[in-house]
Amino acid sequence: MKTKQKVQNRSDQRRNWLRSPLLRAFAALVLVFLIGIMFNADGAFFKWNTHRDMLRHISVFAILACGMTLVIIAAGIDLSVGSLLGLTAVLFSLFSLQQAWSPWLALPACLVIGATFGAASGGLIGRFKIQPFIATLAMMVFARGMAKWVSGGQKISTAVLQPDGTYQYVDVPPIFDFLNSKILNENLAVVTLILFACVLICWVILTKLRWGRYIYAIGGNEEAARLSGIPVIRTKLLTYGLCGFFCAIAGVCQAAQELQGDPEAGMTYELTAIAIVVIGGTNLMGGRGGIGLTFIGAMTIGYLEKILSINAVGEASRLMLTGAIIVGAVFFQKSRR
Amino acid sequence: MMSTEHTETILQMEHITKSFSGVKVLEDVFFDLNPGEVHVLAGENGAGKTTLIKILAGVHTDFEGEIQLNGQSIRFKNPHDAAESGISSIHQDMSLISAMTVVDNIFLGREHAHANVWMNYRTQKEKAQKLLAQLGIDVNLMLPVEEYPVSVRQMIEIAKALAYDARIIIMDEPTSALNELEVKQLFQIIQDLKQKKYGIIYISHRLEEIYEISDRISVLRDGKYVGTAKADDLSPQELIRWMVGREINQQFPDRTPATGEERLRIENLYLPDPTGTKEWVVEDVSLSLNAGEILGIAGLRGSGNSELFHGLFGTYGKSVDGIVRLDGKPFKIQSPIQSIKHGLVLLTNDRKGTGLVLPMNIIRNISLSSLRAYSPGGWMQIQKENNAAQDHIEAFGIKAQSMHQEVETVSGGNQQKVVLAKWLETHPKVLLLDEPTLGVDVGAKHDIYTLMNQWTAQGMAILLITSELPELLAMSDRIMVMHRGRITAEFKKAEATQEKIIHAAMGEEKTA
Repeated sequence: MKTKQKVQNRSDQRRNWLRSPLLRAFAALVLVFLIGIMFNADGAFFKWNTHRDMLRHISVFAILACGMTLVIIAAGIDLSVGSLLGLTAVLFSLFSLQQAWSPWLALPACLVIGATFGAASGGLIGRFKIQPFIATLAMMVFARGMAKWVSGGQKISTAVLQPDGTYQYVDVPPIFDFLNSKILNENLAVVTLILFACVLICWVILTKLRWGRYIYAIGGNEEAARLSGIPVIRTKLLTYGLCGFFCAIAGVCQAAQELQGDPEAGMTYELTAIAIVVIGGTNLMGGRGGIGLTFIGAMTIGYLEKILSINAVGEASRLMLTGAIIVGAVFFQKSRR
Repeated sequence: MMSTEHTETILQMEHITKSFSGVKVLEDVFFDLNPGEVHVLAGENGAGKTTLIKILAGVHTDFEGEIQLNGQSIRFKNPHDAAESGISSIHQDMSLISAMTVVDNIFLGREHAHANVWMNYRTQKEKAQKLLAQLGIDVNLMLPVEEYPVSVRQMIEIAKALAYDARIIIMDEPTSALNELEVKQLFQIIQDLKQKKYGIIYISHRLEEIYEISDRISVLRDGKYVGTAKADDLSPQELIRWMVGREINQQFPDRTPATGEERLRIENLYLPDPTGTKEWVVEDVSLSLNAGEILGIAGLRGSGNSELFHGLFGTYGKSVDGIVRLDGKPFKIQSPIQSIKHGLVLLTNDRKGTGLVLPMNIIRNISLSSLRAYSPGGWMQIQKENNAAQDHIEAFGIKAQSMHQEVETVSGGNQQKVVLAKWLETHPKVLLLDEPTLGVDVGAKHDIYTLMNQWTAQGMAILLITSELPELLAMSDRIMVMHRGRITAEFKKAEATQEKIIHAAMGEEKTA
C-alpha cells in the first residue's frame, strides 16, 4: 500500500515536471541551442560575440514583449506596441537632436508619453469595455499617424534644417552613444542591460506586488475577480500604461541604435512581441504565464534567427521556418492542458 | 408493425439508466408520448429531467435502455441525428444565433440550397413565411433575432422545430422568461400543435401551468421513475408528494439558533432587470436579519432570489433602489469592493464562472479578496499569506495534493470550501450564500453545514438560497419565499413544510 502510493507520487511528480511551462520553454531553447552547436558555421556559434549580438538584436523586441506579457496574462492583447515604439523613437530624436533637449528632460517626456498612450488603451478597454484587439488596433493606427505627423513624414536625424534652408549636422548627443555602446570590455550591449532591467521590473510586479496578483486574477476570471473586490478598471489602466512605458523604453533604444527617429520604425514589431510571448508559453487566454517564459521565448527566437543568419540561410526560408516554429510552440502549449 | 399510422405511442423510452462517472443519475426510467398530447415531465432540480431529455435529444449517447420511435428501436448518434428523426427541443437558454436573421435561424443546419452549395433564399423565405403564419406571429424575416423580445424568439424556435419536420417537441421551462400574456400566446400555439398531432414533452416547475397545459404527468425523483398519471387524476397535493416525498436520509448537524442584534435590514428594495426583458427582477422586498441567524430565501429559478443577492452585493452597481442598513447604519450599495469592505459578501451559485479564478492555486484563491491585508504598500507578504491560507485550509478541511495546485484540478466540494474560505478571510458580518452545497458531495455538504453553524454562533448572519428543500428546512431559522421578484410567504422554522414552500414558490395562494 505504502509503496504503491510512493510510486504514484513519483509519477505525479514526473508529470508535474513535464507540465511545468518553464521547463518546456527551456527545453525548446536547449533544442535550438543544440541546433546551433550542430550548425555552428565553422565555429562562429562558439564565439561570445555571436551571443552578444543575438542578445543585442533581440533586446528591443524583448522589451516590447515584457509589456505584452503583462497584458496577455491579463487576458488582453496590445497591437499598438510597434506604433508606440515608432512614435517615441521619433519624439526622442526630435527632442534630443532637433530641439537639443537635455536627456534628463527628453527621456522622461518620452516615457510619460508612452505610458499615457498605453493607459489610454487601457481606459478604452477597462472603462468603455471595448475589446482589447479593437481598442489597441485603433491605438496602433492612431499612434502611427501621430508619429508621421510630428515628424512630417521624415526621418528625424542629426541633419537639422536651418532657417536658411540648408542642413547642418549636429553632434550626436552622448545619450545616443551610451545607449548604443557595449560595456564589460565590449561584451554586453547596454540595450541588453536595459532588457534585463525590464524583465526584473516585470518579475517584481508579477511575483512580488499585489498588482501582479490582480493581473493574474483578471486574466484567469475577470468576473470572479470583480466580485472578489479587485479594482478591474484601475488594474487594466495600469497594465496597459506600463506596456506603453516599455514601448517608450524600446523606442528610445531603437532611436539610439539607428541614430535617428524613423516614423516607420516598429512596423510589425507587435507581431514579433506576441510571438515571443507565445513561444515562451504564456497562455493567450490569460491567467497563466510569466516573465521568465517570455525571456526564454525571446532567446529562443533570437538564437533561431541568429543560427539561420550565420549559416547564411536566406530571409525567405528564415521567415518560413520562424512561422513553423511558432505553430510548433503553440502545439506544445496545447498538449500541456 | 404493419404501419406506423395506427400505433398509439410515437415515443417509448424504457429502462433508461445513465451514469456520470460512476454515479447513477437515471435509473430504470420509463417515458412515453402519444401524438397530440402534452406530457409533463416533473421533478425537483437534480431529479434527472434534463438528463432524460438530453438522452432523447441525442446529446448523451452513452446510456442503457431502449428508445422506440414509432415502434422502431432507435439509437441516436448525435443531436443532429435526433433532429433528423423528428425530435426538436426548445431550451430555456435558447439555441438561436442572435446576430443572424430570423429566416437564417429557422433553417440553420438545414439550409435550402441548390446542389447543396448555392443558397436558395427564396424557397427558404416562402417556407418560413408559411410556418410563421401558421404560428400566427408576424415578424420581419430579414431582421436579426436579437431585435425581438424573448417571447417572439421562443416562437421562432418553435418555427425552427417545425421546419425540421419535428413530430416531437421538447419544451424545457419555456415560460421562465415570459410574462402572463406571452404565456397565454404560447399555450394557444401548444393547443394548435396538439390539434395537428404533434407530441409535446413539457418541463415546468410551475404547478398552475402544469395543470393548465398537460394531458399526462410523469414524475422523476432522485433519478428514479416515480409514476405517470393523467393530469385529471393527480391532485396537486399528490403531485408534490411524488416530487419531494423522499425520506430525508441526509444528516444535518443540530442547529441551535442564537439570535442577537439586527445585522441587516432591507426596506422596499427594487432591482431593475439587468437584461432588460422585465421591468423588475426584485420588487418591493423587505426583510430583517439578526446576528447568528440563518434566513432561507426559497424560490424557483427566475424567482429573483439570486438577483436579490447580487443586487445587495453590488454586482449591478448602484442600480438598486431601496434602504439597506448594516448593523443599524445606512449602507449605500455601490460595488462589490464597497460591500466587502463593509462586511457583506456573496457566495455565487456558479463557483467556476464567478467564484474562482481557476488557473490560480488554492492559496491565492483564498487570499484573493483580502490581498490588501497581506500587501502593505503593495508588496506581497507571501509568507504571511501562506500561513493564513494554511490555517483556513485546516479549518475547512480542504483536501488537495498540494496547496500550490491550480484550483481547477480539485474536486467540487473542495473548490466550494476554497470559495467559502476566501470570504471568511474578509471577516464578513453578513454572508449571502447562494447554493453553498451545489454539486458538492455528501461529506463536504456536512462540513459546510457545520461551518455555517459555527459562523452564526460567532455572530455572523446568513441569507441562504438552496434548491434542496430538506437543506433549506434543516438549516434555516426562518424561511421567506419569493415568486416573480416578490416575497410571497414567510414561515417560522416550526411551521415550514416542503409542501407549503413549494406552493408559495409556485405562486399558489398564500397558505394561511
